Amino acid sequence: MHDDDHVFKALADPTRRLLLDRLFERDGRTLTELEAAVLASGAAMTRFGVMKHLRVLAEAGLVVTRKSGREKLHYLNPVPIRLIHDRWIDKYTERQVTALADLKAELESDA
Amino acid sequence: MTTQTMTTTQVYRVYIKASAQAIWDAITKPEWTERYGYTGFVSYDLRPGGAYTVTPTEPFRAAAAAGGNVLPEVIISGEVVEADPPHKLVSTFRMLMDPEMAAEPATRITHEIAELPGGVCSLTLTHELDGAPRLAAVLSGQWASQGAGGGHAWVLSDLKTLLETGKSFAD
Repeated sequence: MHDDDHVFKALADPTRRLLLDRLFERDGRTLTELEAAVLASGAAMTRFGVMKHLRVLAEAGLVVTRKSGREKLHYLNPVPIRLIHDRWIDKYTERQVTALADLKAELESDA
Repeated sequence: MTTQTMTTTQVYRVYIKASAQAIWDAITKPEWTERYGYTGFVSYDLRPGGAYTVTPTEPFRAAAAAGGNVLPEVIISGEVVEADPPHKLVSTFRMLMDPEMAAEPATRITHEIAELPGGVCSLTLTHELDGAPRLAAVLSGQWASQGAGGGHAWVLSDLKTLLETGKSFAD
């Protein structure tokens, strides 16, 4: 599978996007913290389920782990998304996408 | 209640189809560093305690001046902590382009290059940014819309493009 395929596959799941959003808010979290974040979102999921999602994210390069003492900390790695942005979005559509994103933000802020 | 880990470390990883030596050179040699990311001429004295500096290119300096920022001679300074070519480089890092960032304590940046099968290497950049929230915001790309560039993720994406295609974003 091409690298980009792994990234798109990893992103095509709401729990995995939730995990990335939580890491974006605060990076370097343990499995226990991420499990709590998933449960707090109202999703029913076992620790094993969270681990499986983290593994898919790690295989896509979107999460990198690092040891800190006895703990394994998870970090959001934005580079694969940046690569897709730089190679695809930038190339063809950035101006239009920005205009649309601005429009969406404006419409939603009025709502 | 769960104990919350607090971290100010940023971790980035990119896979590049290039030799470890080529990646090492692209990080440590000015003829390479002027060609990607923020550009700038790097200078490393590759031994513990050796100096690490980045000086801006003329176009970069001119662009900053046009925006009302007169840049210092040296825009990044630090000290080499560990150099194990072509696999590991640890340095301290202080950004001097802006007085507020220059006032933040020195941070610590680690580059690790690992050879993988198929002529691919992983490059992992770990930046420990304790006490340097302003620099952390810039390096995570939060100021991109104010013209501060896309931070480390953008630099590594450009570095990958340069090493794999011979061209950078600016070309």
